[in-house]
Amino acid sequence: MSDPGLDPDAPPVEVRGLVNRFGDQVVHNGVDLTVERGEVLGVVGGSGTGKTVLLNSILGLHRPDAGEIRVFGRELSRLKARERAEIEERWGVLFQQGALFSALTVRENVAAPMAEHTTLPRAMADDLAEMKIALVGLGPEALHRRPAELSGGMRKRVGLARALALDPDLLFLDEPTAGLDPIGAAAFDTLIRELATNLGLTVFMITHDLDSLYAVCDRVAVLADGKVVAVAPPRELEQSTHPWIREYFLGPRGRAAARAAGGTR
Amino acid sequence: MQAADFRIDSGPDGATLALTGDWTATALGGATARLTRALRGRAPGAIDLRELGRFDTAGAFALLKATGGHVDPADFRDRPEAEQILTLVAGVECQAPPPRRRLDPVQGSLQKIGRGVTDFGAEFYRNLAFNGRLGLVGLRTLVDPRRIRWAAWFSLAERAGLDAIPIVALTTFFIGAVVAFLSADLLMTFGASVFAVELIGIAVLREFSVVIAAVLLAGRSASSFAAEIGAMKMNQEVDAMKVMGVDPFEALVMPRVAALLLMTPLLTFVGDVTGLIGGALVVWAKLDLSPAFFLQRIEENVGAMHFWVGMSKAPVFALIVAAIGCRQGMAVGGDVESLGRRVTSAVVQAIFAIIAVDAVFALIYLEAGI
Repeated sequence: MSDPGLDPDAPPVEVRGLVNRFGDQVVHNGVDLTVERGEVLGVVGGSGTGKTVLLNSILGLHRPDAGEIRVFGRELSRLKARERAEIEERWGVLFQQGALFSALTVRENVAAPMAEHTTLPRAMADDLAEMKIALVGLGPEALHRRPAELSGGMRKRVGLARALALDPDLLFLDEPTAGLDPIGAAAFDTLIRELATNLGLTVFMITHDLDSLYAVCDRVAVLADGKVVAVAPPRELEQSTHPWIREYFLGPRGRAAARAAGGTR
Repeated sequence: MQAADFRIDSGPDGATLALTGDWTATALGGATARLTRALRGRAPGAIDLRELGRFDTAGAFALLKATGGHVDPADFRDRPEAEQILTLVAGVECQAPPPRRRLDPVQGSLQKIGRGVTDFGAEFYRNLAFNGRLGLVGLRTLVDPRRIRWAAWFSLAERAGLDAIPIVALTTFFIGAVVAFLSADLLMTFGASVFAVELIGIAVLREFSVVIAAVLLAGRSASSFAAEIGAMKMNQEVDAMKVMGVDPFEALVMPRVAALLLMTPLLTFVGDVTGLIGGALVVWAKLDLSPAFFLQRIEENVGAMHFWVGMSKAPVFALIVAAIGCRQGMAVGGDVESLGRRVTSAVVQAIFAIIAVDAVFALIYLEAGI
């Protein structure tokens, strides 16, 4: 590998003893989590268990109260601006609402990271952006539209294309299928799985969608009581004795999702 | 990171394209164009990957583009992950984007003018509709005072009115002082410096305190009203109110209008007092006329009429500021740009309207001889 600053063998994300408090409310109380290279890790948990706070802490958008977070083996809080930029080139983030730049067209949105981080000629960046947009399954008619003119599902796809703009090694997804219709959600799951396999991505995915868990994730981390209470493939989590996990996987929706996934995996 | 590069080695069995360095988005630079030129449309015989570093979809795309798609996946046998990426990219059907419609300049500018005119007409119509609706809701509130949302009225009165007192006081203080300086200087040349008191009194009471207060409110409150209501519209809060049977005019617009109607006269009064204080201090320092004399002269030679003239404009300006702010907020569409545009036009329109209406007032009072 030619990036001397980043340790190629370190796990892409390593969280140790993460503590987050908001006033009296303790959201995280010693979260430990490792994302292995090349896996798709799902993160589940009830509302208010701090899934998004965990994501924001890893991304450096939220400063944790205690704990250590390493991305590609480097501790984020100690990085210089240049080293941070190096990491920012190698991760991509799909925010829950897409977080597209509303003043830019779809193609400009996807080309934005390239303009920022590469020396590609403008025309090449545009072509590459068009390829990425086609890769996530959007037609050419979307290219010149603004985010305000897109449906929720299209916005997510554009967000994904933008997250993939620089071919990151590490992809963060915050509820990628929330707000999509079941068919759109299933298609999005397939897309993520395909991209993760073909591009060798490591994926950190927050989700509520049980179908996504079975369809996409290699392992699932469960956040409860301010900690990660279990990390295992979804099939193994069904055997867990933790009350929330039992409720989650063996409730009516969990069973339906497991049945639906049963034939395919 | 090593910049992407290539070598074309001609061997006995055709040319071999050797890729060197990292063929990734960040390392690619201008390699695509150089490779396209070097190949000149010929397909490379074989591809040598031994010196290839990292390879991503950007690299695959560049390679496919430069070779016109003539890449034999068999050449990628030694790099299965790169082959996967190449196959993925080759499989993506890149349709040409529909060309952007370009108008010829004459037609384009005509269209622009036409759109400007219709937009102006539509905006005017919607302003009238807004004002009509505001009047209707206002009347309904007067008839049925139980509809008043007191909590909103008072919190807005505090935010838009009381919190503005310091800035209004300070600004009019300085305006009063400046008028005093100018008039004292000028009138001294005629030996009529004592008339500076009248000039200060009339200028502050009749014009400056109310106009300054209104302009400050336009900057402070019209913008915040437009931004608040606009953000609520983008967040669908206004829609949520409508489907709940809550009239957004009653819940959002009326409290703001009422708050400013109540508070602008108060702010004008504060401005009157601090403006006169500013004037009196300068007159005292520069002309050596005591504040007691200043007050007495104001009372005898200026009179209460000018105070009431100024005060009479306050509710009208309040209505202008609140209505324009709310109107622009209600007109915000779904995107961030329209929010910015609407907030800007709220402030600009409010200030313009204040000055214009002030001129109309001046004409009316002049005709009436007040």
